[in-house]
Amino acid sequence: MHLAGKVALITGASRGIGQAVALEMARAGADIAVNYSGSEAAAQATVDQVKALGRKAIMVKANVADADEVAAMVEAVQAEFGHIDILVNNAGITRDTLLMRMKDSDWDDVININLKGVYLVTKAVSKLMMKQRSGRIINMSSVVGVTGNAGQANYSASKAGVIGFTKTCAKELASRGILVNAIAPGFIHTDMTDVLPEKVKEATLAAIPLHRMAEPKEVASVAVFLASEYASYITGQVLNVDGGMVM
Amino acid sequence: MTTFDKVKAIVVEQLGVDESEVTIDSTFIDDLGADSLDIVELIMAFEEEFNVEIPDDVAEKIKTVKDTVEYIDSIKEA
Repeated sequence: MHLAGKVALITGASRGIGQAVALEMARAGADIAVNYSGSEAAAQATVDQVKALGRKAIMVKANVADADEVAAMVEAVQAEFGHIDILVNNAGITRDTLLMRMKDSDWDDVININLKGVYLVTKAVSKLMMKQRSGRIINMSSVVGVTGNAGQANYSASKAGVIGFTKTCAKELASRGILVNAIAPGFIHTDMTDVLPEKVKEATLAAIPLHRMAEPKEVASVAVFLASEYASYITGQVLNVDGGMVM
Repeated sequence: MTTFDKVKAIVVEQLGVDESEVTIDSTFIDDLGADSLDIVELIMAFEEEFNVEIPDDVAEKIKTVKDTVEYIDSIKEA
């Protein structure tokens, strides 16, 4: 059990990659705080599945882009578990459209959740981790943060921002034993990618050497690795989990 | 407890130094071995203990135990 005795706070953990990370970390022995903003039933299902694995789990509702809600969330997790060892900044949204058609609200919504949210939650949790003199922070970026992607000016900017943020935090927090890394998933089978048109999916698959989408679990296992003792000398890195899409 | 005693207790706890090392004239960085993150943590701990907000431009000027005590006393009196 690589994460036995650890507590992980995972944002956007009610479905998709976040849910898979919650379950894989629970399998590795961690207790889980499941953050969600909308889908309470899905969050409850994640909590139930974590408990079925024999671990403790709580649900914490919070919009990660809201500083007060984030503060309340971190307080609630701290009150329940007494410490936070692992933070996975996973909550994210898309508002895809071409730049010329993009509304300012499309831009703001995506930047607020995907980038400001990572900043707010990391700031709140790193205060605790600094006192603990240890911690792991794992930020979900995306391959499109590295490569760009037509129709995702907002999303790719937010995910590129997450990479810069990750590297800076890695430098600022290293002296306190806090390791900060990012994962850049490629084409993953989730609600976010299910809505893509078939033509887009086919074109994307053609550009992936492994010629298939990944299951969320294949990203989650990398998060477990980064949270484990096996990754004790890795910080400030971006791990691509993309079937070879970007090399 | 005087402001100095409270500040001293926080400094001892945050920096892990011996009580005897902390005098009113001690500088956090040179005398007590603090780094930049330690200073941030100290300022946050002072804010919590004294229930005040220390703005960044003030925080930058707080370099010694004396600076801290004088600033806290000045706003507590105000």
